[in-house]
Amino acid sequence: MSNFPWLSVLIAVPIVGAVVVQALPRRANAAAPKQIAFGVSLLTLVLGLVMASGYENDGGMQFTEQHTWIKSFGAHYAVGVDGIGLTLVLLTLILTPVVLLASWNDADPIPLDVRDVAAESPHVAPARWSPNAFFAWMLAMEGLAVGVFAATDVFLFYVFFEATLIPIYFLVGGYGGAGRARAAVKFLLYSLAGGLIMLASVIGLYVVSAKSSGGATYLVSELSKIDFGTDTGRWLFVGFFIAFAIKAPMFPVHTWLPDTTENATPGTSVLLVSVLDKIGTFGMIRFCLELFPEASRWATPVVVTLAVVSVIYGALMAIGSDNIPRLIGYTSVSHFGFIVLGIFVMNSQGLSGANLYMFNHGLSTAALFLVTGFLISRRGSALISDFGGVEKVAPVLAGVFLVSGLASLSLPGLSPFVSEFLVIVGAFSHSVVAAAFAVTGIVLAAIYILLMYQRTMTGPTRPEIVGMRDLGTREIAAVAPVLLLIVIFGFFPKPLLSVINPSVDHTMSQVDRHDPAPTVAEQSPEGAHQ
Amino acid sequence: MSLVPSSLAALHSGAPVVHAASADGVFSLLWLVVALPALGAAVLLLGGRRTDRWGHWLGVGTVAVSFLLSLVLFFALVGRDSGDRQVSQHLWTWFTAGKYTVNLDLLYDQLSAVFLLLITGVGGIIHLYSVGYMEHDERRRRFFGYLNLFVASMLTLVLAADYVGVFLGWEGVGLASYLLIGFWQYKPSAAAAAKKAFVINRVGDIGLSLGSALIFVTFGSTSFAVVSANADKASSGTLTAIGLLLLLAACGKSAQFPLQTWLLDAMEGPTPVSALIHAATMVTAGVYLIVRSNFIFSLTEDARTGVVIVGCITLLMGAIIGCAKDDIKKALAGSTMSQIGYMILAAGLGPAGYALAIFHLLTHGFFKANMFLGAGSVMHGTNDDVNMRHYGALQKAMPVTFVTFAIGYLAIIGVPPFAGFWSKDRIIETAFADNFVVGLCALVGAGITAFYMTRLMLMTFVTEQRWEPDVHPHESPRVMTIPLIALAALSALGGFLILNGWITDWLAPVVGTHEEKSLAIGALGMSLVTLVVVAIGIAIAWTFFGRRAVPREAPTQVSVFTRAARAELYGDAFNEEVIVKPGYTGIRGLSVFDGSFVDGIAEGTASAFGGMSSWFRLAQNGFVRSYALAVLSGAALVLLALLAVNFS
Repeated sequence: MSNFPWLSVLIAVPIVGAVVVQALPRRANAAAPKQIAFGVSLLTLVLGLVMASGYENDGGMQFTEQHTWIKSFGAHYAVGVDGIGLTLVLLTLILTPVVLLASWNDADPIPLDVRDVAAESPHVAPARWSPNAFFAWMLAMEGLAVGVFAATDVFLFYVFFEATLIPIYFLVGGYGGAGRARAAVKFLLYSLAGGLIMLASVIGLYVVSAKSSGGATYLVSELSKIDFGTDTGRWLFVGFFIAFAIKAPMFPVHTWLPDTTENATPGTSVLLVSVLDKIGTFGMIRFCLELFPEASRWATPVVVTLAVVSVIYGALMAIGSDNIPRLIGYTSVSHFGFIVLGIFVMNSQGLSGANLYMFNHGLSTAALFLVTGFLISRRGSALISDFGGVEKVAPVLAGVFLVSGLASLSLPGLSPFVSEFLVIVGAFSHSVVAAAFAVTGIVLAAIYILLMYQRTMTGPTRPEIVGMRDLGTREIAAVAPVLLLIVIFGFFPKPLLSVINPSVDHTMSQVDRHDPAPTVAEQSPEGAHQ
Repeated sequence: MSLVPSSLAALHSGAPVVHAASADGVFSLLWLVVALPALGAAVLLLGGRRTDRWGHWLGVGTVAVSFLLSLVLFFALVGRDSGDRQVSQHLWTWFTAGKYTVNLDLLYDQLSAVFLLLITGVGGIIHLYSVGYMEHDERRRRFFGYLNLFVASMLTLVLAADYVGVFLGWEGVGLASYLLIGFWQYKPSAAAAAKKAFVINRVGDIGLSLGSALIFVTFGSTSFAVVSANADKASSGTLTAIGLLLLLAACGKSAQFPLQTWLLDAMEGPTPVSALIHAATMVTAGVYLIVRSNFIFSLTEDARTGVVIVGCITLLMGAIIGCAKDDIKKALAGSTMSQIGYMILAAGLGPAGYALAIFHLLTHGFFKANMFLGAGSVMHGTNDDVNMRHYGALQKAMPVTFVTFAIGYLAIIGVPPFAGFWSKDRIIETAFADNFVVGLCALVGAGITAFYMTRLMLMTFVTEQRWEPDVHPHESPRVMTIPLIALAALSALGGFLILNGWITDWLAPVVGTHEEKSLAIGALGMSLVTLVVVAIGIAIAWTFFGRRAVPREAPTQVSVFTRAARAELYGDAFNEEVIVKPGYTGIRGLSVFDGSFVDGIAEGTASAFGGMSSWFRLAQNGFVRSYALAVLSGAALVLLALLAVNFS
């Protein structure tokens, strides 16, 4: 089945599913649309796993398809994945069913879970549209996200990149808290602004490639052979980088993220932060580093500085947040700082760490958003100061919260540790100063997570909390697989790294960087190597 | 596993090189020592209420079997040639990136062997004690789950053959400590203390993170085998930097100055936790780290000087704090800080002191666990009162607790032939041989130790009765007194490990040997001087607390020194004023900055780019669908732009 169009199927199945779900009759509390959507997402996951089982670890770009799309632009429908793309596609496929299961009641006219809570809550508002639409947009987003990570043609990438905005826009604008309309517009404005800047570079790519010997092309494989020249390359790089920095998001273009997570449903936040934001860091590797190696090296000092600022700034803002999903949004600014840092230090440890970080951050942030979502739906409030003593009445919820939090602060034994440690090691071998500043993030992370845990879960149980239900079967079923993966990859990250590392080697050769030898190696060639 | 050929290892004189043989025979069971308590923790924490009835016995059982295994392994190790006592077991490759590979390997040698016995032995005794101590706690099963998690992590820490593997255990014990300090988390003070311990430990972890990174950059690996074989090729500046970073890590975990403030608050945890984690094992992990890294520290005088300074400051600081505390657990915690200061000091003395640091770590593990459990027994009999001013004359009501505690007392103040005499005496002696000022610190510390411990003994067991009529002190049940007796026996006899130089000889292949420096007054003379200083400490305590009545309320008219000691020498106050308060002010300012300035600039720019600032007004009107149009028109724009470029 080597010619089977796996990736096209993975893009198409959820989108077709979305159309079907949307077309189903809209009856209040109908289970069919949800069940069908969940079924489609599981089917897509199974297909994705079957595809992944045929992946060759060091075979470069695989499952490729290529068809000419718009000949005069050199645009193709071209897809394929290497290790970096594959892990992100799998992350998308794993998280979608989890999110659908966890969000089962979130799009109901009045969410089931808060019917008994005060009707007017700024943190949980009635859905604007039907549950059908919610589940359909979720599926659509899954298909489009696979498309972004699989596109091997810049034009196709750009189309998918812009198209993912549509489902997120409706998911944020129609379901969630009271400020969702403004948050949705803010998200859209930032993304469109970034998209427009990138568009300039996309057009620029065309102009340059049209003049090259091979003729106009948007294929990444062709573009990566072109020497853009110093000035042109740098301008094009900047256009891509700004768009990806907004997406990632990095300081100082991060403010849309906390506003969005504060108002979106937890499920939307997961798909947005755990999956779609990775487009930013994925794009930095695939397009910034691999197409514009000279410009990437040129920009490294500025980007590394911004990344370190993001690490610290995001963490400090998280410490100062009283709103739980807003806090988690800020933690992601900090985590994305680590990822960007790992990418731009341009050594194996940093890049492998950053790629692994993208996957692990997806898991840990998903767990954290979902469990706090369960918590918020029980109380009708997202404010830390409205909780206290939850552990006493809902020990399972508290336990899941704690493990998710410990993953977020990169406790060894949980998957994010390996990636964060590799990024710190990579940063250290690039610049001791950058590493020394970034490493303060591990202290700040302990503060924002454990302070939140202390204030919500411990202490005397507040009267409003007494009688709070512990996690139900559906909720446990949604979050347990994520926690299980966090633990497994904490001790055995090898399956992920063996896929990622060869792609990192490719990126390294593309940017023409080599790992420095150990400082003692010159004197002792026999001692320092395995 | 990167095995350095022993022929190569032999080329390097100086610090010993880690070159372990693969585990076979009985040593292939090494992984089980860690796996058993880890399994216990998993069953107890995931099993839920189903395991409530028998969970505590499972917890005791896993550690007991681990202890038996450790004994078997120990004797198997003794049975091997002294040059052939390093065994490594490859579990699996943890992660690889570029040329950097970290293996999860276990290294069983003379050093980890004694730690295995200490952790599972004292740990097992404390597990048994907890069966009685936690009997009336409805979450007892979970308590044992956390204790098992702790034991598994601590064993990982001392068995890991790579700095990153140590990190795994290092943070694992930190997590267990966090969970157990905050075990009664409905108490806000316990929850706050737990968080504080974890956060301050993370400050230390900066040292371990950056230290590991620097080790990798220098040696291309973080495994002990590679680092020890190549340490002498690194520049002295690099070695000093590594040493100081590891010292920072040790300061966090072992509550050494300036990261000492969490330990006294950690006494919020149940008393068996204080005995196991915050006295006998976890807090000594910093000492282990330094001694294990002897191949680094032996080559850097500067880093060792830093270690010695930290040790001296903390041993005096802890002792002074111990003098003023009325809370029996906090007095003992101050003492723990101080005693670990002795170990750190010894470790900083280099090859002359490594083995002594470990020796004192062992004896301290015996007598301090003994006294903490004794304190728990006292609290058990006095309605969980911890204030020594409410005790007095308990020796009649609690004879077993009294006698066992008294043995621990004699051990810590260093009365021969009890355990502490042997270990502390040797440290003082070696310190004097190294540097007079350092020796003097250690000697004065011994005097202060005698003072505060005598004060504690007198206020608790002797003097007149000060408890309220509704308190009925009674001896604890046998499940608690038997552990006390066992630990008292170890406190009495543990010092004999040094007879014939056994412990130093045993550890020599790991930590290296050295030339003995003799003191002008001789070892015996030094012991006599120390005993005189100890006697003076006892006499002063007797004058203040034995001959005068102890008031039930702490006197408020006290000297600045007492006030400072009660305030733990203002460590917390300093952190509060210099770090916490300005930090929060800064974060509040930053939040305003983020909401107005950063957001304003970025949003303004974005709007300008998009030319869509008026959309924000539309948003409030609810014309939401129109934005989908915008996205689509964005895509259309792409096509148009491309066409324009194409046809121009």
